[in-house]
Amino acid sequence: MSNVPPVPTLTIGRIREGLRRKEFSAVDVATATLEFAERENPKTNAYLTFSSERALEAANRVDDQIANGEHLGELAGVPLGVKDVIVTKGLRTTCGSHILEHYIPPYDATAVIRLEEEGAIVIGKLNCDEFAMGSSNENSAFGPVRNPAALDRVPGGSSGGSAAAVAQGTCVVSLGSDTGGSIRQPASFCGVVGVTPTYGRVSRYGLAAFASSLDHIGPFGRNVEDAATVLKVMAGRDELDSTSAFATVDDYGPLMKQDIKGLKVGLPKEYFAGLSADTDAIIRAATKKLEDLGCQVNEISLPHTKYAVACYYIICTAEASSNLARYDGVRYTLRSDSDTLSEMYRNTRGAGFGAEVKRRIMLGTYVLSAGYYDAYYLKAQKVRSLIAQDFANAFERVDAIVAPVSPFPAFKIGEKIEDPMSMYLSDIYTITGDLSGVPCMSVPCGQSPDGLPVGLQVFARHFDESTMFRLAWNFEQAMKS
Amino acid sequence: MNFRRKSCPNARALYNQNMSVLAVAEDVLRKYEPVIGLEVHVQLGTKTKIFCGCPVEFGAAPNTNVCPVCLGLPGALPVLSGQAVELAIGAAVALHCRVNPFSRFARKNYFYPDLPKGYQISQYDQPLAEHGYLAIFVDGAKKRIGVTRVHMEDDAGKSIHDGFKDSDRYSYVDLNRSGTPLIEIVSEPDMRNSDDAYAYATAMKQVMQYIGVSECDMEKGQLRCDANVSVRPRGTEKFGTKAEIKNLNSFRFLKMAVDYEIRRQVELIESGGRVEQETRLYNVETGQTVGMRSKEHAHDYRYFPEPDLVPLQVSEHWLHQVKSALPELPQDRRDRFVNEFGLRDYDAEVLTLTRAVGDYFEEAVKASGDGRATANWVVGDLMGLLKAAGKDIADSPVSAANLGELVALINKNELTGKLAKEILPKMFETGDSPRAIMEREGLKQISDTGALEAIIESVLAANPKQVEQYKSGKTAVLGFLVGQVMKASRGQANPGAVNELLRKRLG
Ligand SMILES: [Zn+2]
Repeated sequence: MSNVPPVPTLTIGRIREGLRRKEFSAVDVATATLEFAERENPKTNAYLTFSSERALEAANRVDDQIANGEHLGELAGVPLGVKDVIVTKGLRTTCGSHILEHYIPPYDATAVIRLEEEGAIVIGKLNCDEFAMGSSNENSAFGPVRNPAALDRVPGGSSGGSAAAVAQGTCVVSLGSDTGGSIRQPASFCGVVGVTPTYGRVSRYGLAAFASSLDHIGPFGRNVEDAATVLKVMAGRDELDSTSAFATVDDYGPLMKQDIKGLKVGLPKEYFAGLSADTDAIIRAATKKLEDLGCQVNEISLPHTKYAVACYYIICTAEASSNLARYDGVRYTLRSDSDTLSEMYRNTRGAGFGAEVKRRIMLGTYVLSAGYYDAYYLKAQKVRSLIAQDFANAFERVDAIVAPVSPFPAFKIGEKIEDPMSMYLSDIYTITGDLSGVPCMSVPCGQSPDGLPVGLQVFARHFDESTMFRLAWNFEQAMKS
Repeated sequence: MNFRRKSCPNARALYNQNMSVLAVAEDVLRKYEPVIGLEVHVQLGTKTKIFCGCPVEFGAAPNTNVCPVCLGLPGALPVLSGQAVELAIGAAVALHCRVNPFSRFARKNYFYPDLPKGYQISQYDQPLAEHGYLAIFVDGAKKRIGVTRVHMEDDAGKSIHDGFKDSDRYSYVDLNRSGTPLIEIVSEPDMRNSDDAYAYATAMKQVMQYIGVSECDMEKGQLRCDANVSVRPRGTEKFGTKAEIKNLNSFRFLKMAVDYEIRRQVELIESGGRVEQETRLYNVETGQTVGMRSKEHAHDYRYFPEPDLVPLQVSEHWLHQVKSALPELPQDRRDRFVNEFGLRDYDAEVLTLTRAVGDYFEEAVKASGDGRATANWVVGDLMGLLKAAGKDIADSPVSAANLGELVALINKNELTGKLAKEILPKMFETGDSPRAIMEREGLKQISDTGALEAIIESVLAANPKQVEQYKSGKTAVLGFLVGQVMKASRGQANPGAVNELLRKRLG
């Protein structure tokens, strides 16, 4: 066990090499990671549940495969954290909510099955905003997650635990979910890579739905290659998700390592209004670097961006109000017993859901109500098409788009929690990716003067994750030198 | 907690109220024209549920045919069953609907303990099929009832309010039925009385059974029916306010409920009241409809497109495949029976009531070569025997080929009709062919002149008076003598030959 390198330095490649050379076993890696994570977790509160038993069983299977000279999976022995909105068989899945505090799912999400089949080791379940609703991870029923880069600051949300765990080193890669920026924003705040694949690229089967038409499962890693590897393993058509795509999944590894000379990159002018000066400077420096690498960077316009926040909060709350109806006290949730049925519903949901979730259920119920549907939901769907069309138009001229992820770096815990509107507005640069369904990601691109990480957002055409990874990988390499 | 619906007010009061309603005079009733539309839910006869692989099975132990999808567990997603779509398309085609090449599922949101997702997956603004009709026959007249739309949806589970020791405080939920595939068939408001409604529901059941979409067993909830009823002064165009009547679990109750509701509305209007748009439940005990929730408390289902399912596309090719696999529809078959075999309307109707009886008849005709005679035998004697034995035509001991042969034997003069009527019950008893029985029992038509002449001689000798009468010009007495010969031959004599021989003999 002493042969395992410091856990936070592990990468998929390093583990593969160590196992091959028999420097350490998969059980060594799992044990060291679990020990480290259990010791370090109180600092960040990233994990809600550890799954030592499941992890050691999986690690033993990998070691048996090695002993028997069998083929090893692409993620053999790689410690994986899973956002707690993704269900895991026999392993508590809370969705960050009191209402599911004791819920043990009877089945695994497709993404988890695919990763475990390739040898990934599930270390535990990661904290998040309740039902993935939030941008700071302060909406978790189990306490906020703290940013490893500055413990008094938020890690971003809603996949705050997933980003923080990878940044802290308590797992090598993790799964998050993104509905309006919930992967890219925490990745940016915590200084790790976070990927929101094309809508339909990864099966949503087993992802507790927040807003079905916007929800994505995506990976976090400490480098582009690790995140891409995780995506490749879990991507592809799943018969259990009718909206999952048939599109073939590329072998991202070799493709991303081609150079980016001549790549046409767009810089949407709408994404630089309202940006903090620090962030603006960092993003401009990053685009300069891309030019140095041979990219042709040009300003473009995504003219409907200004409607995105309004459009997003109508669609996502509408779908959420319906998706969360199943948490009703009748079957597997908490129940506040009462004399009448409607009282039981009220008490259960009143006690089980937090303030932000209730706010969104109310908003969503309102916008779908008779007499309001056309003015809100239907209109929002039309705006959504226009936003998607913006991207389609832009991608006729450019191969990739780069932009900031967030107007500002990680803010202090408690700073914005009383102001939901300003919190919603901070999603402005990320929600367009979800609304249009294009693949997008955050790759670290620098630090603010007070040492806070800042990420660069990269968008590509539908199902062209290869180009997105290529740009991000080349940029990442250039940042190292 | 107990979530049973509000119980009915006391039955005596209801009974009294009922009597006063029934007192509406017929001439007052006739001033109003009822307008009725039906919503029929038909369970599709698939092996598995509409959005998951769980078996559809009646009577299984509670909550055993369930999975994450039909339990509404977090993260579970629906996947549409192709078989359910095919059956639904079949139903739509049978109802002469236009099947939309592109339709969409929508969520119908409401809370109820046996609705695990908190919404039903249905179709709303873009249903599977529209603009069809169903022909019905009332008092011998054919009428077309418009079918507005056919859409697919999943069923909820079942709430159980009684039978547990803590049923006074708790209700139980069985989710085996959750996710059972249904189609909802919405009619135009084309019906004008309870007989129309009864005929429509009956015809609907017949068609659905006929094409194998559903067994339509009402006791298992495979066919359910809601009625929209309103009245308007005769001669006016504008529809009155309608009430929706639920809980009609037999066609008889449908008819009774519609009749009651018409009278209730007429009385209400006549006494200066106003019909409320509301949902009413039919109470089997009192024969009345009782208001359930009024418009003020009406559900807002907050429909929106189901984001977990891609739009349903029905290609020309798929539609054609389903169409060509459909059996001939009962109404088409009835028309064909009339045209092809010259059947009377009544026989054609009876012979197309179920697919099985139609198939039996056609097979029998193949052996007999005589549609009309075969129809008489099937509709008359065979059905009588089946009814007496409590048997279905599918289990008939008399095979269609044997029945056809029986008819053919008569037509070939090898059997008299009378003899055939004796043979059929024996065929029914033993399952043997008519020839086998004839041979075993020596039952054969006697056409041999020598044998017949011997019988005739003995009959004439025994009836000298009638012979005298005939010879004195009362030729009508010949019929009596023929009858005596037939009797003496135990019905085996060929009546034509007997007639001829007698005439010649008495000459
Ligand atoms: Zn199921």
